[in-house]
Amino acid sequence: MTVLLETRKLLKQFGAFRAVDQVDFRVEEGEVLALIGSNGAGKTTLVNLISGLLRADGGTIVFRGQDVTAQTVHERIAAGIARSFQLVNLFDQLSALDNVALAIFSRQSKTRKLWVLAEADRPVWQEAMEILHLFRMEAKARVLAGGLAQGERKLLDVAIAYALKPRLLFLDEPTSGVSTREKAPIMDTISSIVRSERISAAIIEHDMDVVFSYADRIVAMHQGTVLADGTPDQIRRDERVLTTLIGTPEASR
Amino acid sequence: MSTVTTTVVVEHRSPVRTLGWAVPALVILLALPFVADQYQTILLAYGLIMGIAALGFNLLLGYTGLLSFGHSAYFGVGAYTVALMVKYLGVSSMELFLVGAIVACVLVTAVFGIACVRYTRIFFGILTMALSQVLWSLAFKFFWVTGGTDGLRVPTPTLLGAITGKGDKIAFLATSYYYYVLGVFIVCVAVMWVIVNSPFGRALQAIRDNEVRAEFVGLQIRQYRWVAFLVSGVFTGLAGALWVPLNGLTTPDIMHWTFSGEIVFMAVLGGFRSFTGPIIGAIVFNYLKTYAVGYTVYWQLFLGVVLVVLVLSLPTGIVGTADRLWTRWRAK
Repeated sequence: MTVLLETRKLLKQFGAFRAVDQVDFRVEEGEVLALIGSNGAGKTTLVNLISGLLRADGGTIVFRGQDVTAQTVHERIAAGIARSFQLVNLFDQLSALDNVALAIFSRQSKTRKLWVLAEADRPVWQEAMEILHLFRMEAKARVLAGGLAQGERKLLDVAIAYALKPRLLFLDEPTSGVSTREKAPIMDTISSIVRSERISAAIIEHDMDVVFSYADRIVAMHQGTVLADGTPDQIRRDERVLTTLIGTPEASR
Repeated sequence: MSTVTTTVVVEHRSPVRTLGWAVPALVILLALPFVADQYQTILLAYGLIMGIAALGFNLLLGYTGLLSFGHSAYFGVGAYTVALMVKYLGVSSMELFLVGAIVACVLVTAVFGIACVRYTRIFFGILTMALSQVLWSLAFKFFWVTGGTDGLRVPTPTLLGAITGKGDKIAFLATSYYYYVLGVFIVCVAVMWVIVNSPFGRALQAIRDNEVRAEFVGLQIRQYRWVAFLVSGVFTGLAGALWVPLNGLTTPDIMHWTFSGEIVFMAVLGGFRSFTGPIIGAIVFNYLKTYAVGYTVYWQLFLGVVLVVLVLSLPTGIVGTADRLWTRWRAK
């Protein structure tokens, strides 16, 4: 396996608090990785640093052999890093189809055109419809994003990121805020898409059942540092992970 | 703005349906000088000009989510550019006036825009207002250039290099100039319609709905806001340039922030969530103001009451409310 993304001694401080403390983290080509850890462990901050929402206070981020630490969000997206959000970020007054189409227009650098009609670009709308079909949302294509159910909003958020054709997709708690019953279908949909397209995915997740059943590799974080890194089986047996994150071995069955 | 709780299905509007409204409206506008008196025709010309101004303004409010409280500045830049072209260059061609106004507005909005698009919400509003007041004070104080409160006179221009207003000025304004304004109005509406329906227009709406997400689909949001600011200012500036010959005079009043408030009023009155709302709002506002001024010295009080009632009872404006009633009527 080749390394797609690597951080070296990545650092983010909020005042005296080190949210991400000298983290060495990597994502390999084609893998589905889970980032776990208790609240405040630094998972979202790490993703925010890599995706460009936050600026690092130290260390480097290398994506496909290129140092992207100083790059803007726009440049990182062009390079192939996309993300979804824990608190769903959608264009609420646009339809689900428009939400996805906008990402495609942006990817194809067509959003700078102000003298052509968006409607006239058939291939874009066709691709947007195909993506919604992939996410099993084509029935909701013409519904305003603001009017979708929570589970659908979660999926649409991922679909927008997917429409950017990323090589690396960060998913920040794709199943948070939805009912337990909805979690498996959402994860099934997402994991079948990323695996069939060979997109590398890094998923922040709290639900251990989800983590153990969908991830190839698990990185556990604690207080801004990487606590453990290994296959689901290794993590399941890791003493430090069990005591700090999951609880006592008895409690975690 | 109420949060959406039920499933909202977007109605797919075909261009044909839009034309269904546009054609009768156009026929009325074209026929007006033949059926209405000169006063009514000139009054509507003012309304159409304000419609162009409000249309430009709404690219920022309705489509980009930025409330400008300084659009009087660009209207004024358009108007004063024409007046200064008359005073210093002796130009009388209306086409040159329009080109001059566009160039001047591009320059001013490009500079103002760099400062303003760094902010959003109330900060954006205050900054646009402050900058417009700077231009107002220039027009007010540099009286040897701008005429101060006396303003600058602008004679009737030459249209298309041939048609002049020599002789009966009122007849010129009520026929030739009315049709000229109508022509520019149609072009402006068509151009703006393409812009808001372009991929760029979609990007603006995305930025309006969710700034963070817009950035994370790869949009460099400040650049988009800046272009929107420029286009918006140029439209309003064009309106200013068309307004001056009709009014015959430009004074610093049109640069004052209260006039920016009137433009905001027009958009809210008609409904800033729709494309046609600000146009309808501007035309209706023009009538409201004209008749209110004619009937009472307390016309500002009257308009204030209208605004309060409007915001409380018709938050989606005239067009938004009419649209809802129409949809409900058709569903029956």
